[in-house]
Amino acid sequence: MAIPLTYNLRSLRVRWTSTVVAVLGIAGTVGVFVAMLSLAKGFKATLVSSGSPRNAIVRRAGSTAEMESAVAVDHVKIIEDAPGVERAGSGPLVSPETVVIAAFPLKATGTDANVQVRGVSPKVLNVRDNVRIVSGRMFQPGLNELVVGRYVARTYSGFELGNSVKFGGGTWTVVGVFDAGGSAFDSEVWGDAQVVKDVYKRPANVFSSVTVRLTSPDALTGFKDALTSDPRLTVQVDREIEYYDKQSRALTQLILVLGTMVGLVMGIGAVFGALNTMYSAVAERNREIATMRALGFGAASVVSSFVFEGLCIAFVGGVLGCLAILPLNGLTTGTMNWQTFSHLAFAFRVTPALLAGGVIFALLMGIVGGVPPAVRAARARVAVALREM
Amino acid sequence: MVRVDGRGGGNSLVRVRGLDKKYQRGSEEIHVLQGLNLDVDAGDFVAFMGPSGSGKTTLLNLLGGLDLPSAGSITVAGDEITHMSAGKLTAWRARHVGFIFQMYNLIPVLTAFQNVELPLLLTKLSKAERSQHVETALQVVGLADRMHHFPRQLSGGQEQRVGIARAIVADPTFLLCDEPTGDLDRKSADEIMDLLGRLVREHGKTVLLVTHDPVAAERASVVLHLNKGVLEEARKVEAS
Ligand SMILES: Nc1ncnc2c1ncn2[C@@H]1O[C@H](COP(=O)(O)OP(=O)(O)OP(=O)(O)O)[C@@H](O)[C@H]1O
Ligand SMILES: [Mg+2]
Repeated sequence: MAIPLTYNLRSLRVRWTSTVVAVLGIAGTVGVFVAMLSLAKGFKATLVSSGSPRNAIVRRAGSTAEMESAVAVDHVKIIEDAPGVERAGSGPLVSPETVVIAAFPLKATGTDANVQVRGVSPKVLNVRDNVRIVSGRMFQPGLNELVVGRYVARTYSGFELGNSVKFGGGTWTVVGVFDAGGSAFDSEVWGDAQVVKDVYKRPANVFSSVTVRLTSPDALTGFKDALTSDPRLTVQVDREIEYYDKQSRALTQLILVLGTMVGLVMGIGAVFGALNTMYSAVAERNREIATMRALGFGAASVVSSFVFEGLCIAFVGGVLGCLAILPLNGLTTGTMNWQTFSHLAFAFRVTPALLAGGVIFALLMGIVGGVPPAVRAARARVAVALREM
Repeated sequence: MVRVDGRGGGNSLVRVRGLDKKYQRGSEEIHVLQGLNLDVDAGDFVAFMGPSGSGKTTLLNLLGGLDLPSAGSITVAGDEITHMSAGKLTAWRARHVGFIFQMYNLIPVLTAFQNVELPLLLTKLSKAERSQHVETALQVVGLADRMHHFPRQLSGGQEQRVGIARAIVADPTFLLCDEPTGDLDRKSADEIMDLLGRLVREHGKTVLLVTHDPVAAERASVVLHLNKGVLEEARKVEAS
C-alpha cells in the first residue's frame, strides 16, 4: 500500500500559507482561461443562433459580408421563383434587406455607439421564425416606423415605444420591440427596407442581401444549384447558420488565441508557484521522506505521494477558479461587430465542458508543477537525508 | 554469540565480512570502515561504542540497507544485501529492519497510531489486522492510551517509545538503534533501555545499538568498540 493520503492532506494544511499561494495562482489562471473561452463561446453562440438551418442568405458573389453586397430587384424576382422557397398566403417567404449603420446614444454613458439598421421585408417575421414582437407591434409597410431589438431598447436611450427618433435624415417612430432569442438581431433596429433605402437615398432597385425561408433544411442544395447555375445571376448562397458561423470565426479565433496565450503565460506563472510550493515542501520534509524510505516505502510511493499533493493543490485551485467565474455565466457584454463596426451584445457562456476543461488545465499544471519536486524527493539519498537535522 | 574476528559459523543471523566504506569529500578520501567483520546471532543485544566520527552510524546504515559499502559483504538471515537492486533493498528493509532513530523521526502530521501503522501498510494485512498489531505494539511500549495523540503532544521519551513501537510492529529480523537515548534525560533514557532489554529477553528480538552512554551500553549483552575502522570487543580495548 502507498504512503497514506492523510499524510499529504495534513501536510498541506500545516503549510497552509504556501499552499494557499499555489492554489490562488492556479485558481487565477483557470479563472481567466475559462472566462476567455466562455467569452468566445458566447460570441459564437450569439452569432450562430442568429441563423436558421432552414434559411438561406443570398449575396453578391465574392462579398464577405452583407454590408458590401448588392442584389438587384430584378434578381430578387428570380430568387423568389427558385425551387425550394417556402410559400405562404402572402407569397414566397423572402426578405430582401438593406443594411446601414446609425449612431445612437448609450443610456449608460450618453455617448454614441453604432447600431446596425436593417431594412427588411414586412414578411420578415415569417422568414425569421426566431424573432417575435414582444411589445408594441410590427411596422407598417411604407411608413417611417421601427421595431427595435430587445438589447437596443434596453441599452440605448430614446427607443421607448411611441418615441420619435431621428437618423439618416428621417424621423422614425418606435412602434415595437422584438426578441431574437439572444442572437445578433437583438442588437439591431429594423424598418421597412423600401423606406430605409428612401431615407438613405440608396438606389431603389438594389438590396444588400436576400434572406430566404426554405421548405426544409434539405432544400438548400436544389435552391443553391438553381441560383448559381442561372446565367442571369452572380450570387453566392449560404445557409444562414453557416454565414453567421463564418462571421463569428474571426473574433472567436482571436479570443481563443488570446485566451490560450494569456492562459499559457499565466499557466507558466502558476506552474512556477506550484513548483516553488512543492520544492519547499520536499525540502522541509527531507527527513520525513528519508524516514519513510527507511521504513521500506519505495521511490514510486514517494513520487506518487508528492504528485498527489501537487494535484490536490491544482484541483482545489481549478475548482476555485471555476467557481469564481461562474457568476459571469449569462452576463451580457458587448463588442464591435468587426464587419460593420456596429455594437453587438452577447453573453458569457460558462458551459460544463469549459469548466471540466478548466479543471483539467489545473490538473495539468499540478502535474507539471508536482512531478519534478516529487522526483527530487524520491532521488534524495536516504542515508544522507537522515543525517540532516 | 557475537564475534568480530570473522570466524563465526555459517548460521549467524548477521554476518559481515571485510566491510569497507570510503567517503569522498572533495579531493580527500575518508576511509571510515576498513575490513570490518561481525557475526551476530538471533536474540543478541549488541552495543556499538566509539568516538564521534568513528563510523557507527555508517555501519548501522550499511547493516540496514540504507547505504552501500565500498567493499565487503553483509548477509542477513541468509540474504546477501550488498548486491541487491535499490528496489529489492527497499522491500528487504520493510521486511527485515526496524529502525529506531535518535530524533525519533516520527511523522508530525500523523498520530501515534498512524505512525506505528506505517510499516504495516507495506504488508498484506487487512485494516482490522493492522489495528490489532498497532495496538499490541503500543501496549508493549506502554502507550496504548496515547494512540490518538500527535507527536508534538508527547514527551521525548514517549515519542521514542512510539518510535520503538513502529520499529517492532512488523516483527522485523532485527532492530537498529542509532543513539536512541541521545536526546533524552537519564530517567527517560533508562526507561527506553529497560524497554529494549525487555524486547530482547521477553520477545526474543535481536538489537544492535549505537550509543555514547556507558550506562546504556551496560544493558547490552556485548559491547563492541569501533576503532580505526574495525570492531573490537570492549574488554580487549580496556586491556590494551
Ligand atoms: N555522506 C558522507 N560524505 C562524506 N563523509 C561522510 C558522509 N557521511 C559520513 N561521513 C564521514 O564519515 C565519518 C563517520 O561518520 P559517522 O556518522 O558514521 O560517525 P559516527 O560514529 O556515527 O559519529 P557520531 O558519534 O558523531 O554520530 C565522519 O568523519 C563523517 O564526517
Ligand atoms: Mg552517528
